[in-house]
Amino acid sequence: MSLLHLAILLPFIYTVFVPLFFKKLPRIHTGWFVIVVPLLLFIYFLSYFPVQTALAPIVHSVPWIPSAGIHLTLHLDGLALLFALIITGIGTLVVLYSIYYMSMKREALHNFYIYLLVFMGAMLGIVLSDNLMVMYVFWEATSVSSFLLIAYWYQRKKSRYGAQKAMLITVSGGFAMLLGALMLGSAAGTFSIREMIDMRESIADHALFFPAMILILLGAFTKSAQFPFHIWLPDAMEAPTPISSYLHSATMVKAGVYLVARVTPIFGGDINWFWIIAVVGTTTLFWGAFMAIRQTDLKALLAYSTISQLGLIMSLFGIGSLALNPAYAAESDWFEAAILAAIFHLFNHSIFKGCLFMVVGILDHETGTRDIRKLGGLMSLMPISFTLTVIGGLSMAGLPPFSGFLSKEMFFAGVLAAHHHTEQWTLWLPIAAWVASIFTFVYCLILVFKTFTGNYHPDRLDKKPHEAPAGMLVPPIVLAVMAVAAFFFPNLLSYSLFEPAMHSVLPGVLLPGETFHVKIKAWHGFNMELFMTIGIVIIGTLLYLTFKKWSEIYYNLPQKFTLNSLYDRGLTGAEQLSARITGTYMNGFLHSYLSYIFAFVLIVVGGSFVLHNAFGADLSTNAAIGLYEYILAGAIAVLSGFVIFVNSRLTAIIAVGAVGYLVSLLFVIFRAPDLALTQLVVETITTALFLLCFYFLPKLKTEMTRIRVKLSNLVISVGIGALFTLIGIAAQGSNQFKPISAFFQDAYELSGAKNMVNAILVDFRAFDTMLESVVLFTAGIGVYTLIKLRKSRREHH
Amino acid sequence: MRFSDVILQTAAKVLVFIIMIYSIYILFAGHNNPGGGFIGGLITASALMLLYLAFDVETVREIVPVDFKIVGAVGVMLALLTGFGAVLFGAPFLTQVYRYVTLPLLGKTGLGTAFVFDLGVYLAVIGTTVTIIRSISEDQ
Repeated sequence: MSLLHLAILLPFIYTVFVPLFFKKLPRIHTGWFVIVVPLLLFIYFLSYFPVQTALAPIVHSVPWIPSAGIHLTLHLDGLALLFALIITGIGTLVVLYSIYYMSMKREALHNFYIYLLVFMGAMLGIVLSDNLMVMYVFWEATSVSSFLLIAYWYQRKKSRYGAQKAMLITVSGGFAMLLGALMLGSAAGTFSIREMIDMRESIADHALFFPAMILILLGAFTKSAQFPFHIWLPDAMEAPTPISSYLHSATMVKAGVYLVARVTPIFGGDINWFWIIAVVGTTTLFWGAFMAIRQTDLKALLAYSTISQLGLIMSLFGIGSLALNPAYAAESDWFEAAILAAIFHLFNHSIFKGCLFMVVGILDHETGTRDIRKLGGLMSLMPISFTLTVIGGLSMAGLPPFSGFLSKEMFFAGVLAAHHHTEQWTLWLPIAAWVASIFTFVYCLILVFKTFTGNYHPDRLDKKPHEAPAGMLVPPIVLAVMAVAAFFFPNLLSYSLFEPAMHSVLPGVLLPGETFHVKIKAWHGFNMELFMTIGIVIIGTLLYLTFKKWSEIYYNLPQKFTLNSLYDRGLTGAEQLSARITGTYMNGFLHSYLSYIFAFVLIVVGGSFVLHNAFGADLSTNAAIGLYEYILAGAIAVLSGFVIFVNSRLTAIIAVGAVGYLVSLLFVIFRAPDLALTQLVVETITTALFLLCFYFLPKLKTEMTRIRVKLSNLVISVGIGALFTLIGIAAQGSNQFKPISAFFQDAYELSGAKNMVNAILVDFRAFDTMLESVVLFTAGIGVYTLIKLRKSRREHH
Repeated sequence: MRFSDVILQTAAKVLVFIIMIYSIYILFAGHNNPGGGFIGGLITASALMLLYLAFDVETVREIVPVDFKIVGAVGVMLALLTGFGAVLFGAPFLTQVYRYVTLPLLGKTGLGTAFVFDLGVYLAVIGTTVTIIRSISEDQ
């Protein structure tokens, strides 16, 4: 247990107190209590910030499930630190922003902040875990918290739809990632990413290398909303705006990018890794930018823009992975620059997109709409918001003097290098990047000018717009200032933050003592990259001015074959299919269900017994059977037979109860007092429960059933009876495994308990007991809900 | 269901306390003698069951104004938290420890985290069983 572990735990622990703050101190906005957490964590992670020397990776490990090789190993290196600072830094700003955005009176703030804290802890867990299994747990936790946050206004149908879509897509990707991680784990013999990196050569030759790569990429692509899985992100915009700016632009959607960066040392040497990521990333970049232009909802526009920018970062990581490829060793400088560009742009994107989302939230909050068609001419009314949008928007468009310009130029350098140094036909790579950047420029202009210039239409707005309160403006102002500062002083961070992060992505590329060349410059002379930017500005402006003329192409896109309709039809189809399948066997008769269960047991258990020829009896070592035992067994047999032939339920219940009591007597004879006690009490309670239920059951009557059903019933019941008798006898003779009873002989020394049965339950096998209690309780809640739901529905009608 | 069986009701009033005390004994005895949280919980549940059989649901609700869903949840939480307690001290999940302590009146007594865990099981069993019984018997 280290401070680093506590840093991840802190948000989770804090969730316990959030409802107390909300309920007990309703006069103070709960956000003020919550903001302490990200702020503290930010300061804590800042203490690792290397000013002079490169950060030496810090590792802390706590065993969790050592038998399966799963340890809570936390690993803080340059890449993790960059992400941790983004998560906690933007987290602080978002919580501050939410204090003014979320109404104290109307909203269930405790839910909001609990989900937010869970997300924050889980996201920190992802970037700090060294163990793939642990990372997967946190990975799914972010999906779940994202689901809850998107559905925060669950009264709205669109929120629920968006939440479900995000959940289905990201969690399926998560499953793929889990499979990939398991494959990787079996190929490497460990789940530790650091150890895998050390043995990457032997993993690369393993048969599971390629499937593991595809599956892990599926996880990364779904999470980071890459084409064709991007469709969940626009629908996720139903979440409150602080969430959109935090989860769905700055942090969670970057988890996929993080995963790609993190495992690049393992897979990067493989050429397929480059192709897949570069192609998917570029396609996403292009499609996202293209679709963003047609959006009329500002948040939807930003969502598509986020998709597009994530594609950009992704493709840069793909190109940069060539630095690890031995075939391109000579040109590796170019590809290292691409990794630098990816990290720098990731940082920039978190800043300017966070800022833009917050401004859009302000617009929504102050005007009551996010529809571009209704907005316009707000420049004089909301001058600060306008300035912020200009900074964020132009940074995104890649114009100086904003940080986006630097990383955009580096991006162009990266794609040009990828084209120059690989095959000729990859010319499409810079072209697609360039065209996508033109679209990016166009939607940035739309964002800035359609909202703030033009005619002001007060009649179309629900509220009279005015500038937002200071608390809401501070977070985006901080981000905007950073976007400008990062342009003028990019090298403040390049050696302290970006360079260590590059070490994590490209280990082993450098000789000891060397450092990456990370000097970021705004002016490179008149080179291809600059001409590309100039071209973007000219063509982009022309396209913006002529937008009305060419916007028709969007309406000519086929509606039926979009990915969204594919998703919707797939979902309804799957629901109908499963309903039909379920309908065939769930017919509402208890009798049918019991026959399924027993027939299944008969076939599977009996089948495997026959297959392995496991029947057999060895009774030679048994003790002699005493008179009591004969009497008890005889009585049990008679009573069991009696149950079949009685005509009244009451008699049957009592007879079954009597069988149970007799069995407990058997336990007494065999000197198992714990079992006997348990059996006695269980029998008492079940008999009483039966009697309670019996009150509601119809009278027992001989049912007129077809002979075929009767025959199959006979076969199943006789079969089950015979099977269990045979199993019981066979279990006597066979001893397949080494008995573990020797271990329990030392129960007193090991656990201080004289009662071995209890020691097994609460100490040696406590994990079983714990999960059994959970199962028991879940079943109890299940019974409760089933009965109560049925009741309320009945009252409803 | 409304029974008015005087003999049953009179007997139940006394028996319930005896059974309850016995169940607590069983819970504590589990360490060294037959018993434990699971059996103890079931015995408590059977005491409440007796109340349900002797009196009607409304009366029992007045006598025992406890939400047993919460009892069960507290039990499960307790069992989980004892597991995490071990993690806090750097030991694997669910590691149990025990010490012998000399207490006033009781003398040398073994105290173990296993008991807290067992208490969790005890509460979980009571909570679950009574929740089921109650929801079935309330369902008219």
